[in-house]
Amino acid sequence: MTNKIHRRTVIQAAAAAGGMAALTPWSFAQGAFDWKRFAGTSLEVHLVKGPRGELLQKNQKEFEDLTGIKVGAEQIPEQQSRQKAVIEFNSGKTSFDVIQLSYHVQKRQFAKGRWLEDLRPMFANVPAEFDRTDFTAGGMFYATQADGRIDSLPLNLDPWILYWNKELFAAKGVAYPKSYAEIVEAAKKLHDPANGIVGFVGRGLKNANVPLWTGLFLGFGGQFFDAAGKLATETPEAIASASMYRDLLKNTGPAGVAGYNWNESQSLFLQGKAAMWIDGSGFAPPLEDPTKSRVVGKVGYGVMPPGPKLQVSATFGDGIGVSAFSTKKGAAFLYTMWATGKVMQARMLASGGGAPVRLSAYSDKEALANLKVPVDWLKAVGESMRIARPGLPVIEPVTEFRDTFGIALNNMLSGADVAAELKKATAEFAPVLAKSES
Amino acid sequence: MRKPSPYLWFIAPAVIVILAVIVFPWAFTLWMSLFEWRIGSKATFVGLTNYTDLIGNRRFLESVAHTLIFTAAAVAAPLVLGTAAALVFHQKFFARGLLRAAFVLPMMATPVAIALVWTMMFHPQQGVLNYLLSLVGIGPSEWVYSPRLAIACLVMVDVWQWTPLVMLIVLGGLASLPTESFEAAHMEGASRWQTLRHVTLPLLMPFVLVAAVVRMIDALKTFDTIYVITQGGPGTASETINIYLYLQAFSFFQIGKASAVVVVFFVLVIALSWLLFWLRERSKYYE
Repeated sequence: MTNKIHRRTVIQAAAAAGGMAALTPWSFAQGAFDWKRFAGTSLEVHLVKGPRGELLQKNQKEFEDLTGIKVGAEQIPEQQSRQKAVIEFNSGKTSFDVIQLSYHVQKRQFAKGRWLEDLRPMFANVPAEFDRTDFTAGGMFYATQADGRIDSLPLNLDPWILYWNKELFAAKGVAYPKSYAEIVEAAKKLHDPANGIVGFVGRGLKNANVPLWTGLFLGFGGQFFDAAGKLATETPEAIASASMYRDLLKNTGPAGVAGYNWNESQSLFLQGKAAMWIDGSGFAPPLEDPTKSRVVGKVGYGVMPPGPKLQVSATFGDGIGVSAFSTKKGAAFLYTMWATGKVMQARMLASGGGAPVRLSAYSDKEALANLKVPVDWLKAVGESMRIARPGLPVIEPVTEFRDTFGIALNNMLSGADVAAELKKATAEFAPVLAKSES
Repeated sequence: MRKPSPYLWFIAPAVIVILAVIVFPWAFTLWMSLFEWRIGSKATFVGLTNYTDLIGNRRFLESVAHTLIFTAAAVAAPLVLGTAAALVFHQKFFARGLLRAAFVLPMMATPVAIALVWTMMFHPQQGVLNYLLSLVGIGPSEWVYSPRLAIACLVMVDVWQWTPLVMLIVLGGLASLPTESFEAAHMEGASRWQTLRHVTLPLLMPFVLVAAVVRMIDALKTFDTIYVITQGGPGTASETINIYLYLQAFSFFQIGKASAVVVVFFVLVIALSWLLFWLRERSKYYE
């Protein structure tokens, strides 16, 4: 199965890339497009602390040399970044011209406030290399608002994958699960608390835990809203997926899993004490780092097995846009083009710092040759992109959604009834949602 | 009509600063609490609705209960332990200065740094606390990862950090006590226990109550350690008013509702402070 995926990924990506391997950081400058037209301008860029922000900041001199624009970039931790963005946008004056955003949290919020500039008029004057058709459909889905405005460019997608410890699987003669039922079954077989091994680890901490449940929910055929637009989070699919979530974590997870976020899960998996872990795709670098990990070379990177109704990888994503309050929109747009260009996307892939949204990156020979993570990871991510679905509803009060349902999931881990908790959470959240959309 | 004293101009800067940084924010918070306002949306005047909603909000009421439980424990335990420690350190013994300095060290550390260290120590699989328990044959605990134990563990961290403060206040009090009462007790043949029970502790009471007021205000507003260690969880098991408030204001951006929570919290702090000051006045029997 994995070979097939690999072949397809490479062929698909190679076709899309069409000779992009020879692309250099200077390729942009070689065409007729005038990158220097805003030379002398200064830009303020608001980035989120993490591998993507790191990569952009590390290479920003290249942009400055290319355009003559001076960049002042700042990386801000995710939570603080979201607070700062809301407060500044609401004041009607932003200290930044360009901002990195998390689509699953900020897309609807930014759209409602019209806080980002619609980039469509600017697409009329872009270099040929920019090639908008190279962006994946998933990436452009996230970047496009419900009314058709494209107010950002996608930076990366983060499909959730299944990390599995090959050594523990082999020791118990367990095969990689091919369905949700098999995940539960494998977790039971591999769970060995007497030897400090858990069958499954994942997020139990409220708020952070919701994507793990929603990923399963989508696989059970769940939809966040019914045909009438009513919240559908107490349906049989919601109950079945939440029961599976509870069973996996409560019966085959570590003690105290209700307080586990991704970092605690990663830590346990790194120690070789967890057989399976479902989370975002960005954890290959630490898992393969011999200074941190005891499972180097033993990690399997798997695509989410099919659920009872659908094979889905709950996916999240980041983008980058131009503040509607910026007085340097032209220069800011140049930065977003550079940040989401083919070269930067290939670099992102090589560093394992995220899954690029450009098809060309997946066949960039240099990026593949310099890949710092196993090719299995690349295969899993490539295949996950094919089955990617937004892991959270695209609504303004998404943080309240995560908080309310996160508490319900937490209560389930403490023994509360699944259906009753979902009913309570739905009743609690429905008025919040209604108010936000009114 | 009497002309205003020219000296009044000297207090003008202080008055302006107080109006700007204390009175205005308070008046504005009160005003905002009368609106339904989510940042990014239009503010709508709703009168006292935010307050009446809070009365029926189970999660908020639970957060008030958690705050009171946490505060009661985080004030009582350091008062007992800190007073006992002060009585010990008031005696003369070898290396007293060194031990006293070591005792106050937790108070010097940054709460967030301490919280991160305790978070690691509490970890059910990799934390040192379960390892220590295993050495004495006790099974592992889930510590802050258990809804039943979360508040108790947070109290433990708070007590560890702030007992030295109580010790310092009471130690200062001990050093300033009049010697006549002790001499009289000695002449009357009082035992050491009788002297402690009937002379030292009553004389110390005003100092203990000062420590109680300081500790209570600190404990009520504890945010950093709780946020870093549990974020109010598991579920809402350790969610105090501050954590609830933070979520409403800075995660959900519900400014009107958050302002109402601030006002209720302020009333609670004032009421408890008055209670303690009243007790302090009553304890000044020797004046």
